[in-house]
Amino acid sequence: MATNIELRKIVKSYGEVKVVHGIDLTINPGEFTVFVGPSGCGKSTLLRMIAGLEPITGGELLIDSERMNEVPAARRGIAMVFQSYALYPHMNVYQNLAFGLETAKMPKAEIAQRVAKAAAILKIEPLLQRKPKQLSGGQRQRVAIGRAIVREPRIFLFDEPLSNLDAELRVQMRVEIAKLHNDLGNTMIYVTHDQVEAMTMADKIVVLRAGVIEQVGAPLELYNSPKNLFVAGFIGSPKMNFLTASADGSKVNVAGGSLELGRAVAGTTTLGVRPEHITLAEGSGVKLADVRVDLVESLGGQTVIYATTADNQPINIVLEGQRSVALGTMVAAHIDPARLHLFNAEGDVI
Amino acid sequence: MTARSLQSGAPAGERAATTPSLWARIWHNDAPGYLFLLPWLIGFLGLTIGPMITSFYLSFTDFDLLTSPDWVGANNYIRMFSNDPKFWASMRVTMFFVVFSVPLKLAFALAVAMLLNRGIRGLPLYRALFYLPSLLGASVAIAILWRQIFASDGLINKLLAMVGIMGPSWISNPKTSLWTLIILSIWQFGSPMIIFLAGLRQIPQDMYEAASLDGASKWRQFVKITLPLLTPVVFFNAIIQTIEAFKSFTPAFIISGGTGNPINSTLFYTLYLYQEAFGFFRMGYASALAWVLLALVSVFTAFSFLTSKYWVHYDE
Repeated sequence: MATNIELRKIVKSYGEVKVVHGIDLTINPGEFTVFVGPSGCGKSTLLRMIAGLEPITGGELLIDSERMNEVPAARRGIAMVFQSYALYPHMNVYQNLAFGLETAKMPKAEIAQRVAKAAAILKIEPLLQRKPKQLSGGQRQRVAIGRAIVREPRIFLFDEPLSNLDAELRVQMRVEIAKLHNDLGNTMIYVTHDQVEAMTMADKIVVLRAGVIEQVGAPLELYNSPKNLFVAGFIGSPKMNFLTASADGSKVNVAGGSLELGRAVAGTTTLGVRPEHITLAEGSGVKLADVRVDLVESLGGQTVIYATTADNQPINIVLEGQRSVALGTMVAAHIDPARLHLFNAEGDVI
Repeated sequence: MTARSLQSGAPAGERAATTPSLWARIWHNDAPGYLFLLPWLIGFLGLTIGPMITSFYLSFTDFDLLTSPDWVGANNYIRMFSNDPKFWASMRVTMFFVVFSVPLKLAFALAVAMLLNRGIRGLPLYRALFYLPSLLGASVAIAILWRQIFASDGLINKLLAMVGIMGPSWISNPKTSLWTLIILSIWQFGSPMIIFLAGLRQIPQDMYEAASLDGASKWRQFVKITLPLLTPVVFFNAIIQTIEAFKSFTPAFIISGGTGNPINSTLFYTLYLYQEAFGFFRMGYASALAWVLLALVSVFTAFSFLTSKYWVHYDE
């Protein structure tokens, strides 16, 4: 049975410095939740408080409705995968996997059975007698995950587990962790600064900035309806274009032109549009602006255009397929008005 | 065009005549290096290798510094092992000292290092304070101070008298005299402590966090993580401290007044060697004693290295 986690007004301070400012969050049983945000936003601190590795300064942590603030890490039913893997270098893979079970004084036969099961899931059976130094980065990561699996915990925590791997391996391990979640069905919390990992793995994304939750929601909810400039800029790759704009009745003045959007636009100071929502084809949406092409990247499946508006604002355009666009030419950027995002001076969505 | 390319364009005979000789090339290329090396080389050959070879020769002679050495073959070694109770007494004292002082000193040094590794305030100050005895420990002044502290009217007995205990004269009692030297040695824990502290700081915090999530107690973390990961440092410290303990001389010399008494209880091997050399001027026999000590330390060190692969864990 999967586990529910509830954070009520969680605060973390180091002396006078407050790093987490009253977080309220509910993680439903079996959910794969990703904490994402830039460095120093408090995502790892939050994870470590849930794990019991950092004392909670204020607020309440509930796991299955039971208060956990004072419960030692080992009794929370949690297993954690560290960024550095934290494998014991003097023990072989089997001993690393068995360490927690031996600590719990489990019978040897059961330990062997659990290690064999975890090794089979992660396909590391041939590595059991090897020391960590004899393993590749990906294999070490598998062993670190295996060490979490053998304990059969209620909750899995991942602290930037893929950041030490190369790009190809990261994609591969991302898929494997997602599969693992599907197979085991446990509640999992995953910390990353990589929004692509967050988008591809999460059931629920929690975007953090400076110790505060900016937005919580499903990946596509955050992509389609960001609540503010920060979330709009953080979620999505390449990043959303932000153009300085102003409201004029029901029109928005932007990039030397004006757009009639047919909805309330009062207070608009910034217009946001994702690069992949801009087209060069006439008749698809409304014309946003004429832009000068500065650079073209042909990626095969996509063509990325780096351009500048008439009022000298940078704008990126992602087109599907292979397009031939000459440098220095002026092209007309069109958009679907329904996919525009308007923000006020405070950065909140209108 | 360079000088070299000009030369290569010359006829073969002329080229051979202008090619500098091997010695000339060595002189031009390597002479500055040898020049800088010279002071050390003179010291090494004249003050280390020379005396070693001489002492090895003298160990097969009877030599009193005043007359020429007389070749006696292996007699000095034979006498040492078959007919010299003082040799065996000094060996027993030294082995006792090594066996107790080294592990106790290392354990104490590790305990203090672990306390200091807990992120306490003023760590540099404590580190310096704890290291101080190591700097002073081998000095004559500290040995004299130690004699005063453990004398019958010394500080220890005065403290004991305050709680109504009449303490013995620790340094003139054969049952306790060697222990005063062992305690002095343990007090000089600063040097291994600093090395342990550096070793402890190399162990990633993540490993302890992973272990604490696994429910490992502090003791289990120490036994299963700290100690194994610290074995390279333990190995280094054990070798250095054992060699130091075998060579220990000054404290025993000062505290016993150079006699090794009471009843040879502080007759360290090096003290006996000193007595033979500079008390009785038996330089040949003293040289033989020195070579036996060297052999003993070498065997111990070799044994340590050979067994290290079974208990020392290197990460890479």
